[in-house]
Amino acid sequence: MLTLIQIELYKIFRRPRTYIAFGAIAALILIIQFGLKLDGKSYSDFLMKDIGGSMVIDGNIINGYLLCYIMLQLLLVHVPLLVALIAADMISGEANMGTLRLLLSKPYSRTELLLAKFLAATVYTIMLLIWLAILALFLSMWIFGLGDLFLMKSSYVVLINQHDVFWRYAGAFVFAALAMVTVAALGFFLSIFAENSIGPIVATMSFIVFFTILSTLNIPIFNVLKPYLFTTHLISWKEFFDLKVNDANEAIIGSIQNPQRIITSALVLLLHIVGFVGGAIFIFNKKDVLS
Amino acid sequence: MYKIFLLIVGFQISIFVQAQDMTALVMKVKAKLDQVNDYEADGNMKTDVSFIKAPVGKVKIYFKKPNKFRLKKEGGISLLPKGGVSVNMSSVIATNDFVALAAGESIVNGTTCKIVKLLPINEASEIVLTTLYIDEPNLLVRKAITTTKENGTYEMEMNYGVYAKYGLPEKVIFSFNTKDYKLPKGITLEFDDNEKALSDAQKLKNKKGRVEITYANYIINKGIADAIFVK
Amino acid sequence: MQQIVRVTDLTKQFKNLKAVDHLSYTVNEGDVYGFLGQNGAGKSTTIRMMLTLIKPTAGHIEIFGMDLAKKRREILRNIGAVIEKPDVYKYLSAYENLQLFARLSGIKPTRKQMMDQLEMVGLAQRAEDKVKTFSQGMKQRLGIGIALVHNPQLIILDEPTNGLDPQGIADIRNLILHLSRESNKTIIVSSHLLSEIEQIATRVLIIDKGKKLVEGNATELLDPAQTIVELQTLDNAFALQQLQLSNWTDKIQGQRNNTIVIKLDRKEIPALHTDLVNMQIQLLSLQPRHSLEDYFLQVTSGNQHVDTYTN
Repeated sequence: MLTLIQIELYKIFRRPRTYIAFGAIAALILIIQFGLKLDGKSYSDFLMKDIGGSMVIDGNIINGYLLCYIMLQLLLVHVPLLVALIAADMISGEANMGTLRLLLSKPYSRTELLLAKFLAATVYTIMLLIWLAILALFLSMWIFGLGDLFLMKSSYVVLINQHDVFWRYAGAFVFAALAMVTVAALGFFLSIFAENSIGPIVATMSFIVFFTILSTLNIPIFNVLKPYLFTTHLISWKEFFDLKVNDANEAIIGSIQNPQRIITSALVLLLHIVGFVGGAIFIFNKKDVLS
Repeated sequence: MYKIFLLIVGFQISIFVQAQDMTALVMKVKAKLDQVNDYEADGNMKTDVSFIKAPVGKVKIYFKKPNKFRLKKEGGISLLPKGGVSVNMSSVIATNDFVALAAGESIVNGTTCKIVKLLPINEASEIVLTTLYIDEPNLLVRKAITTTKENGTYEMEMNYGVYAKYGLPEKVIFSFNTKDYKLPKGITLEFDDNEKALSDAQKLKNKKGRVEITYANYIINKGIADAIFVK
Repeated sequence: MQQIVRVTDLTKQFKNLKAVDHLSYTVNEGDVYGFLGQNGAGKSTTIRMMLTLIKPTAGHIEIFGMDLAKKRREILRNIGAVIEKPDVYKYLSAYENLQLFARLSGIKPTRKQMMDQLEMVGLAQRAEDKVKTFSQGMKQRLGIGIALVHNPQLIILDEPTNGLDPQGIADIRNLILHLSRESNKTIIVSSHLLSEIEQIATRVLIIDKGKKLVEGNATELLDPAQTIVELQTLDNAFALQQLQLSNWTDKIQGQRNNTIVIKLDRKEIPALHTDLVNMQIQLLSLQPRHSLEDYFLQVTSGNQHVDTYTN
């Protein structure tokens, strides 16, 4: 099985298309960093205008930690497409290239092959997130320095001590990786139904957009579905950046407002991964390969 | 007739004398505060505002006569009420151009205080009215309520300790009115969550905010560079 | 002689099409076994079922004496295949492709072994070139190299000369003959071109519309002295019954429309005629064909339907 995974990883990283995702992330992040380095003041003024009615902020808001949060918020909407580029191509791409029939006539079971492919796609996804972390977090920390993290939620703002931030990012990135692996699993599942990659890639993004809209709309009939949609849980990484307060309204350092929500979301995402991958294996084992 | 005239004159003189006493009292307090040319202190700042979740923060406070004041969180962010940035007594009575009127007495934290209303003479002044609660025997301002043109009314309550002789407080509680804060969920990318709103709403009801700073380790009159006060 | 492949009653029903219909055949060790049939006859479907790419609707496949359904891994370890167009990873070089599939086949050949393999298929000079720069013939040869890299006992080549020029076809033919004679490999080759099969095959199976038409020794089948005769009688069922009880039973090939097909030496035709009369079979016509080629071309032209011969 390890041989299979190694081979799949070899195929992924020898393919030029793979590096599009890494390049795209780098380009996006560097542009945002460049823009904010040049004119961070305007942006922080823009951020503060809703709170500036009663409060004055002193200190460096535009620091590495805030940059990373902004970029995570932006990019985790777009990274799914970059994940789908590879994951949704795993089977359909082989069928398109004509190599699927060769692979399946080797002495490995279809289950082993699919699992190896999915694990390789998972490794790719995690490496994408590590790359994101290096650029969005570490590079931002280097360029913009450290400081407290000042975040604006819809009905309140949160101020997190700089010494209390890093572990939250570690947790957030791990969660984001789980979220993106869920996207990979969906793309992987759709990949078994097609013999070209465009279909599954587009279908993956369409599902994500569609379910994200359902997750966002506040229509009672959809509220019943929301807890079960994986898109509702993709953004639960943000829960790492909310603090509990004590009775004196002091934020408790090292706390998370809703840790249960993180756990629940993680479980929902894991269930989806198992469902998508299990479904893919089940269906593919019964499929006649005519490509 | 003559008696009535004497009464009226005497009454007016007594008022004049009282008014004179208030100014004198205020000037005495000011003189005490003027001992301090500059100070640097460590502080713990607690922010209790309805829409802010912030932990207690370690800050450094700097002051330089006549009214340079800076509160800084090392490498961090501090949230201060607008208009009341100078959470500091000296700047409240920094100006000489005021009329001080007696307004009775009150007990603040178990101490009897004289209430003095300070009205700025300068009509262009940002401050409309300051009410001081002065502990006359110790020449300490226990409480100050300031009404400003642009930024509403805020209240400062001072507790004193070992630095009382300099008029420097051990704890200052700053109360002010806050405006509503709300951002659309589309911007913050939050999905609707009634559960969350309820539990927070319970906590975060009041429209008044408080900032509490506990001072320690004053370094007084050792000289502070002006650069510290430049943001 | 050991049977390498034994297929019994193999059937594949797709939604609206019976692609393979109760097909049975055997391949012996050392055979170059030719699958012959026009396009769409069911050759590729049959091969895909042997490689577990397609699940049979019914029937049984035994390879190396093992049930394919139960011992798939052990069996596939010893099979090398080129299935239709040999597609490989275009963004990798010939060497990298070969190495990748070698590892998938469970071996880790040395660089020398790999280069020897590429040399055998005439690609040593282009080892480091990306496959996207290869011609169809070169890809075909690489595909065969990949099929052989792990030294399998059974080699299955599905239309290996598709898209090749005459030189390429000759190269493949020579390679197959070399593998058969020097290495004693068992090879199954499928094609729709009789001319290819007749030059290399030791045994031949002709299929049409998923059914077996003819199976037998290629030399005999392709011997010009051998001929096919078609009998038309008043009562074919009676005639068939009588022939099965006679010495002619082994020569009966099947039925086609209202005729009974018999394969025999040309010289035997008069004897057949005599026996038919003695068996009181009322003969309407006895039609000889010139050669297997005639027969193949005729039955696979799509104009006529032939029923399989069933015991």
